Amino acid sequence: MGQTPPQQVRTRSWGVRRPGGGTRIAPLTAAAIYALLAAMALVVGFPFFWMLATSLKKLPDVFVFSQVLPPEPQWGNYLTAWRKAPFARYFFNSVFTATAILALQFATIIPAAYGFARLRFPGRDLLFLLVLATMMVPVQVTFIPAFVVVSRLGWTDTYLALIVPFATSAFGIFLLRQAFLQVHQAFVDAARLDGCGHLGVMRHVMVPQTAPALITFGLFSFVAHYNDLFWPLVVTESQRMRTITLGLASFIEFEGGTRWNELMVASLFAMLPLILLFLATQRFFIKGMASSGIKG
Amino acid sequence: MQQLDVPARDPVRKGRAARRTPALRRPRFAVPGEWLAGYLCVLPALLVIGVFALFPVAYSLGLSLFKWDLVAPEATFVGLRNFETLFASDEFRRVLRNTLVFSLGTVGLIVAGALGLALLLDVGLRGIAFFRALFFIPYLTPMVAVAALWMFLYDPQRGLINVALGLVGLPGPGWLQSTTWALPALILVKTWKVVGYYTVLFLAGLQSIPPEVHEAARVDGASGWQRVRHITLPLLSPMTLFVVVIAVIGSFQDFDQVFVMTRGGPVDSTNVLVYYLYEQAFQNYRVGLGSAVAVLLLALLLGFTVVQLQLSRRWVHYQ
Repeated sequence: MGQTPPQQVRTRSWGVRRPGGGTRIAPLTAAAIYALLAAMALVVGFPFFWMLATSLKKLPDVFVFSQVLPPEPQWGNYLTAWRKAPFARYFFNSVFTATAILALQFATIIPAAYGFARLRFPGRDLLFLLVLATMMVPVQVTFIPAFVVVSRLGWTDTYLALIVPFATSAFGIFLLRQAFLQVHQAFVDAARLDGCGHLGVMRHVMVPQTAPALITFGLFSFVAHYNDLFWPLVVTESQRMRTITLGLASFIEFEGGTRWNELMVASLFAMLPLILLFLATQRFFIKGMASSGIKG
Repeated sequence: MQQLDVPARDPVRKGRAARRTPALRRPRFAVPGEWLAGYLCVLPALLVIGVFALFPVAYSLGLSLFKWDLVAPEATFVGLRNFETLFASDEFRRVLRNTLVFSLGTVGLIVAGALGLALLLDVGLRGIAFFRALFFIPYLTPMVAVAALWMFLYDPQRGLINVALGLVGLPGPGWLQSTTWALPALILVKTWKVVGYYTVLFLAGLQSIPPEVHEAARVDGASGWQRVRHITLPLLSPMTLFVVVIAVIGSFQDFDQVFVMTRGGPVDSTNVLVYYLYEQAFQNYRVGLGSAVAVLLLALLLGFTVVQLQLSRRWVHYQ
C-alpha cells in the first residue's frame, strides 16, 4: 500500500501519567489527596444532589433537612412544572438558536481559518490581526450598537436577531487557525494532486485532521449560546421567542421564594441538554482541550 | 488549477502520485487565483465581524458622545458629558467599586482553587476522570439555573447554608438580602460555577510539562513541595497568565447572576458594570450613557490586560 496518512498523534488522556514520569505516591499522601478531592466533590456535587432531592419533595418538605431523600418522590412535580410554562417551546428556541449559530460559525470559521493559515494573499496578516483584536472586545460592549442594527433591520423578536450577530467567532478562527497550521503540507499536496480544490482540502484534510479542536470549539460555542441571557433578553419580546434561560428567569421571578421544588425541576430541565451533550462529546473534548493550542 | 487526471479520493493513487512526481510535491498555483481564494475564504467571517464587532465598537465610541433614547430620530451631541455624569454619580462609583471587588475576589479564588485542584488531579491517581467531569458540570450549567439553586441555598432563615452554619454555632448572615454579604455571596457562586473550567486549563498546562524535568529534580533530591515550588509553578506560569487574563475579562462581564439573584440590590450593593449598562441602555433608554459605560468597560479591560502582560515579564517563564 502506498503512503497511508500517519494517524494523528493521539493525545494522552489526562490523569494518566505518561510512562517514566510515574510518581510513586505514598499511600498516606494518596489518602490525603483523595480526602481533599472528595471534599471538593462534595462542595460541587452536593448542591446538585440537593437540587434533585428538592425537585422530588412536597412543597412543605423542601426545608426539612432531616429528610435527605424524599420518602415518597413526587414525580408529579415534573409534570406540574412542565405545564406551568411552555418549556417545549423554550427548549426548541434555545436548541435551534444554538445549533444554527454553531452551523453558521463552522461555515464561516473553517474557510476563514483555512485562508489565514494556508493561503497567501496581500493584507492577510493585517486582517488576522483585526480578527484577534475583536477577541479582546467584551461582547456586551457591542450589544447597544448591535441592538440598533438588529432593530433597523426589523429583526427584533425573530430568530434572525438571536442567530445572525453570532454567525462567526473570532476565538473560533484563532483556535482553528492554530490547528490548521499544524496539519502537514503533505496531506494538502496529496489532496490537491487528487484534484481537490480548496473546498476539497478543507473537507477531506483540514476538518478530519482537526476534529478534536472542532468538537471542543463546538461544545464551548453551544454551551455559551444556549446559556446566554443578556442578548435574548434584549432582542426578544414575545413568550413565543423566549429561550430556556429567559423562560427560567421569569419562572424564578414568579415562583422563586415560594415553589422551590418546581423551580428546581425547571432548573434541571434547563441544564439537562448540556449535560447530555457533554457526556456525548467528553472524549473528544478532552483531547481537543489538550491539543488545541490553549496550553501555555 | 492542476489538471491531473487522477480520480479524487483514491488513497493508493494519491500516495503513488505524490511519490513519483517530486516536482509536483509543492504545486505552485497561479498567484492571483490564490489571492482570490484567500479573500473569498475570509470574507464571510470578516463581514460578520465587521457588522457585529468592529462597527459596534466604533459606534459605541460615537454614541457615548450623544444623548439618545433609541426612539427619537435625532441624537443630541453632548460631548463628554455622559462621562462627566458617570464619574460625578455616587451610584456609578459604587458600581465600579463593586466590579473591582467582584473581579478581585473571583479571580483570586479561581486561581487558587483551580491551581490547587489541578495539582491534586495531576498526581495521577485513579478516578481522576470522574472528578474532572464532576468539577466541569457547574461550568456547563446555565448561570440562571445555578442562580436558582443558590437562591434556595442562601435563604437566610431556612436555607441549607445558614442551617449548616447554625449547627456549628455560627450566625448566618442575610446573604442576598444583606448589603455586606450579597457581593461576597455572588463571588462564591461565580467561583463555584467556573472553577472547574480553569482547573481543566491548568491541567492542560501541567500535562505539557516534560516529566524528565521532575525526574531530574527528584534525582537531585528535591522534595515534593520543592518540585512544585521551583519546577511546576515556574513552568506553569504562561498558563497562569492566560488564566488570569481570561478570568479577569470574564469577571468584568458578569450579568446573569446579578440579573436573576439581586437585580443589583440591595441598595446597589451588587450592581456591576454590565448590569448597569443594561439598566441604563435597555431599561432607562439612556443609550448615550450606556454606551459611555461600554466604552469605559472596554478601556478598563484593555488597560488591565496591558498591565498584566507588562507585569507578567517579571513572573512568567517561557521554556
